Amino acid sequence: MRGATHAKWAACAVAVALAATACGGGDSGGGSGASGIVSSSWGDPQNPLEPANTNEVQGGKVLDMLFRGLKRYDSKTGAAKDMLAEKIETTDSVNFNITVKDGWTFSNGEKVTAKSFVDAWNYGADLKHNQKNAYFFGYIEGYDKTHPDKGDPTAETLSGLKVTGERTFSVKLNQKFSTWPDTLGYAAFAPLPRAFFDNHSAWLSKPVGNGPYTVNSYTKGSKLEMRKWDGYPGPDKAQNGGVDLKVYTDNNTAYTDLTAGNLDLVDDVPASQLKNVKADLGDRYINTPAGIIQTLAFPYYDEAWNTPGAVKVRKGLSMAINRAQITDTIFQKTRTPATDWTSPVLGADGGYKDGLCGDACKYDPAGAKKLIQEGGGIPGGQVKISYNADTGSHKEWVDAICNSVNNALGNDRACVGNPVGTFADFRNQITQNKMSGPFRAGWQMDYPLIQNFLQPLYYTNASSNDGKWTNAEFDKLVNEANAETDKAKAVDLFQKAEGVLRDQMGAIPLWYQNGSAGYSTRVSNVALNPFSVPVYNEIKVS
Amino acid sequence: MGRYVIRRLLQMIPVFFGATLLIFLMVNVMGDPIAGLCGDKACDPATATRLKQEFGLDKPVWQQYATYMGNVFTGDFGTAFNGQKVTELMSTAFPVTIRLTIIAILFEIVIGITLGVVTGLRRGRPIDTAVLILTLVVIAIPTFVTGLVLQLVLGVEWQWIKPSVPPDAPFDKLLIPGLVLASVSLAYVTRLTRTSIAENSRADYVRTAVAKGLPRHRVITRHLLRNSLIPVVTFIGTDVGALMGGAIVTERIFNIHGVGFQLYQGILRQSTQTVVGFVTVLVLVFLVANLVVDLLYAVLDPRIRYA
Repeated sequence: MRGATHAKWAACAVAVALAATACGGGDSGGGSGASGIVSSSWGDPQNPLEPANTNEVQGGKVLDMLFRGLKRYDSKTGAAKDMLAEKIETTDSVNFNITVKDGWTFSNGEKVTAKSFVDAWNYGADLKHNQKNAYFFGYIEGYDKTHPDKGDPTAETLSGLKVTGERTFSVKLNQKFSTWPDTLGYAAFAPLPRAFFDNHSAWLSKPVGNGPYTVNSYTKGSKLEMRKWDGYPGPDKAQNGGVDLKVYTDNNTAYTDLTAGNLDLVDDVPASQLKNVKADLGDRYINTPAGIIQTLAFPYYDEAWNTPGAVKVRKGLSMAINRAQITDTIFQKTRTPATDWTSPVLGADGGYKDGLCGDACKYDPAGAKKLIQEGGGIPGGQVKISYNADTGSHKEWVDAICNSVNNALGNDRACVGNPVGTFADFRNQITQNKMSGPFRAGWQMDYPLIQNFLQPLYYTNASSNDGKWTNAEFDKLVNEANAETDKAKAVDLFQKAEGVLRDQMGAIPLWYQNGSAGYSTRVSNVALNPFSVPVYNEIKVS
Repeated sequence: MGRYVIRRLLQMIPVFFGATLLIFLMVNVMGDPIAGLCGDKACDPATATRLKQEFGLDKPVWQQYATYMGNVFTGDFGTAFNGQKVTELMSTAFPVTIRLTIIAILFEIVIGITLGVVTGLRRGRPIDTAVLILTLVVIAIPTFVTGLVLQLVLGVEWQWIKPSVPPDAPFDKLLIPGLVLASVSLAYVTRLTRTSIAENSRADYVRTAVAKGLPRHRVITRHLLRNSLIPVVTFIGTDVGALMGGAIVTERIFNIHGVGFQLYQGILRQSTQTVVGFVTVLVLVFLVANLVVDLLYAVLDPRIRYA
């Protein structure tokens, strides 16, 4: 009897399930979401959504909709323009007096004052709060007290920050930094309402900011609904009713959802779909330069790579790479061969200089072979290029580079890829100076300044100088450039420093990365900003 | 029976500790997870030290394991790197995966066993050959191919389903993913049942039942099927655990935010707390499913007794 009951129960369950599909089948097809709402692909942010703790694009998207800072980078040119700042004045590039515009509030009604900024920055700089962007406050005086390299902090607030009035405050830096105000568009410098400090966990589950959108609901790990804030006082009001960010584990699924009309915007077209994208989307595909450069860094802590002859080997390797072929075939022109160490999004005035790398970045297999031989050959007889194998289809291009090098040298064992299982492990080996050969290094700019492409990466002991490259001449030029108040002269000095980097071939520039996105027929006016984040507030829904 | 169950439950304890320790060590061997938290940049050393302290990563491994197990027994599975409690992740992920598994198991039982019985009774006929070829094809094609093809055909071309499953993942939206997940096992169930039925249909007790003049459906369901199901039940029982843990591929294709998604993300981010927590629960599911299978034997075959 028992067996029979089981069978009956199972049959019923299936009948119910089938009936449910039959009902569910009716409403499929057609667009997505409520009218005026854009649905967009998203990845689960790695860190809690605090401004000073968000250092990757997925969390950055949300902050970009939720907050407005003193400055904002123009979505087309990348130029830093005043947003909440009425004026930022300095006479010596060390002391800055900042006035906040009147009339701004957070979406909960609280006024945005000088204190909103000072409190937020102090919070971010305090070691006790474990904020991963704390180093952005490192130029402000007193940072060594609130965020010492070792031991407990001895102060809770930055001594360089002083509230001088309801809407005014002063900042004292610990060094000359003329373009410092241009860094203030970064999300870490956003103001924070009292609610953030008073009830932190409630704020995290439903963040409140001063941007054109408010958070309607947030289901961690799956969906974030942003809605237009009607009372937003800024000039860049949302052109749509809101944005639904949906978490996708696999960007291929997001792309499939887009082609099925189930999603409006995918801002990360998977590499495997680049071939089909024109056929699938036509002119609803955008591919625009972003402030990202990919390079190969070298381990200068390894004796073999730090010899005088190694300069020629590095240059030779650079010349052995057929950049144009790799960007065309593997990346389908979503990368551009690099000819300097910055990014085209800076523009010529901002410090981008096409062709600064010169012959060293031009494909020349014969010259490459000659240079490497002159330099004493490849250390150890074989280059191992390390990369993390878990994300970003790095294997393809590393193998292609090795192929290119091997062909140039006429030796099919001259270069091999060295995959590392996870990104965390890869970063670990880098920070522990365990690399034995060149390794993948990517840099996404924090703010569109030439300084950001050079100082953090190549200045002696800088935060992201992973290869520990060091050069006194380079450091001197960077210091001079930072102290220079005239922007054009500063850029010129930075380019001179970049010239030193070129002559030593401190790192091999590979290509500039583009941002790519595809969108549905429901939406229009879609663009990516220089940080490869969609300009959500300008998207129109038909 | 009672003593048998207790003995089996006690045997689970060393398995449980061994499995969790192994997973704990494996995740630890991958190195320091904090380095992966700062993107393509180095974390500033002071913050990295603080984070290590907060997650207890500065202590020796055995001490980390002891603290972790201590916490687990008080119901605290720790915190993932994005600040969410692992128990919170579990409470959203497990219901989704359980729904998916139920659907997959139902497909296995209903379609698999039916096809198995039909082909087992009609050995050598065209239907037998057809199903045989079909199961071969299904077994030969990897799950991700079936998944992607169904997603493209049903989701994009014919628009019968949506290519991705919404976050709340109700039963009806999980039907196709469930079928994909079950496909390979379903083919195995069909073949297992077929062989078993084919063997037993020549057995003496079946002939006796037929000779007694019992109606055909009664011979099949009460006598033949009941005895033939033992290997099938074993397979399906162990498959419960495999389906729950092995749904990573299917969950990725259809964007289902279940256990597979959390495990995958946990491994990528080297979040020991997430990975060990989820695997611990999966190990328990596996153990319990095995126990249930063994107890079911006695139900199906009265000759089996547990003392």
